[in-house]
Amino acid sequence: MNKVELAIVGGGPAGLSAALMASKLGIKSVLVDENRRLGGQLVKQTHKFFGSYEHMAGVRGIAIGRQLSEKVMADPNITVMLSTTAVGYYEDGTLALYQREPEEKLIDIKPQTVIFATGARENMLAFPGNDLPGVYGAGAVQTLMNVYGVLPGEKVLMIGSGNIGLIVTYQLLQAGSKVEAIVEILPKIGGYIVHASKVRRYGVPILTRHTIIEAVGDDRVEGAVIAQVDEKFKPIPGTEREVDVDVICLAVGLAPIVNLVWQAGVEIAYIPELGGHIPWHDEEMRTNVPHIFVAGDLAGIEEATTAMIEGELAALSAAEFLGRGDRAEIESIREDAHRRLEELRLTVFSEKVKAGIKKLQNWKELLKQRAGNLRG
Amino acid sequence: MKRLDDHPILDFDRGEKVIFYFEGKPIEGYTNETIAAALHAAGIKVFGYSPRKHRPRGFFCAIGKCSSCLMVVDGRPNVRTCMEFVRPGIHVRRQRGLEPIVKKGENDE
Repeated sequence: MNKVELAIVGGGPAGLSAALMASKLGIKSVLVDENRRLGGQLVKQTHKFFGSYEHMAGVRGIAIGRQLSEKVMADPNITVMLSTTAVGYYEDGTLALYQREPEEKLIDIKPQTVIFATGARENMLAFPGNDLPGVYGAGAVQTLMNVYGVLPGEKVLMIGSGNIGLIVTYQLLQAGSKVEAIVEILPKIGGYIVHASKVRRYGVPILTRHTIIEAVGDDRVEGAVIAQVDEKFKPIPGTEREVDVDVICLAVGLAPIVNLVWQAGVEIAYIPELGGHIPWHDEEMRTNVPHIFVAGDLAGIEEATTAMIEGELAALSAAEFLGRGDRAEIESIREDAHRRLEELRLTVFSEKVKAGIKKLQNWKELLKQRAGNLRG
Repeated sequence: MKRLDDHPILDFDRGEKVIFYFEGKPIEGYTNETIAAALHAAGIKVFGYSPRKHRPRGFFCAIGKCSSCLMVVDGRPNVRTCMEFVRPGIHVRRQRGLEPIVKKGENDE
């Protein structure tokens, strides 16, 4: 295992696309994922994708995940290691892997290049009782009902009306739960109106300018207190009311999983528009560490479709570093990838991401300025 | 809670039905379910207690990132039950705060 050209950490949409692109350029890779099967969050996405046909619109996330996984599993250039967690990246370039199944063992590899596609984790929200069993992330709710077929609860309060909040609400209804309400602190619904209309048709109220005050219950969620908020997002006294629910589902955003890249010496920027702490990278997905590349939600919270293209770009950059692949071919694929990425980022929801990317590009300048300010 | 029998979009490959133990009592689970999913299906939501204030802990992220679902499995503490799959006959119990790490081969229960 010591002559690994490329290691890819994370077998979601970004990592899978990266492995396939690397293989296309003749690079052998090791793809590590801590789950029993590939696909990342696609394995729980039962909804159909948006956008144009070229970008897999109309296809369910689970189907996209399955297609990509099958291609990867059948590819002789890709060695897939499942149930394996990358637990550390050390100064001498060792990537430490902990395999749980079929037998438990630690494996060290020394890859020449690494693409980190570790994805994201769910955000918490501060309110009394937020640690009670029954307060679940929206992704966790999806995992329970869409991967394991277990109903998360009978009556659910959804926090957040972005696309995830709206889509997961619909999926809960499909599975047979009741969603008492969707609470949104902003004055307007965050996600696509088609999704909002769909859940409203099922009678789920979307309460804008509302927030959760506390979770009720001793050893599990037995209810929630919600209230209206004013222009400054402060709860308005007297508007509190209790809703009878056994699950409080948080759909309040995601944050990149940066632990490993941070350890690997990649500079970490703080860009709220992209999810908070993210690895510094350029538009070719290169970081400040020459042999380390990033892709997907780790590089900024966005969509599975953009993650797949970022995976391709990261693989192209890794190929370039390794001196592999035909130069002209790399350039032409790269150009096409950027065109597709631009097309996907034409929606209103991409404005935030684009602003974040701009900030990221100015990050080093910003750092210098800040250091100057501190000294001054 | 309950397992879904029919779903408009999905079919579930649950694997083999097996018995495992929660706090000494037998529980039904399936080999393609994580311990956390099987416990949830059995209506068990409290997976442990926090170290200082002994607050009940259940699962939260389901992808092995938040440490909220740590339990003691076959004597080994800090097992992420949202990542670990059900195996026949395993003994699962609630974790109480930070429990001592056992060395390989040792087993305190």
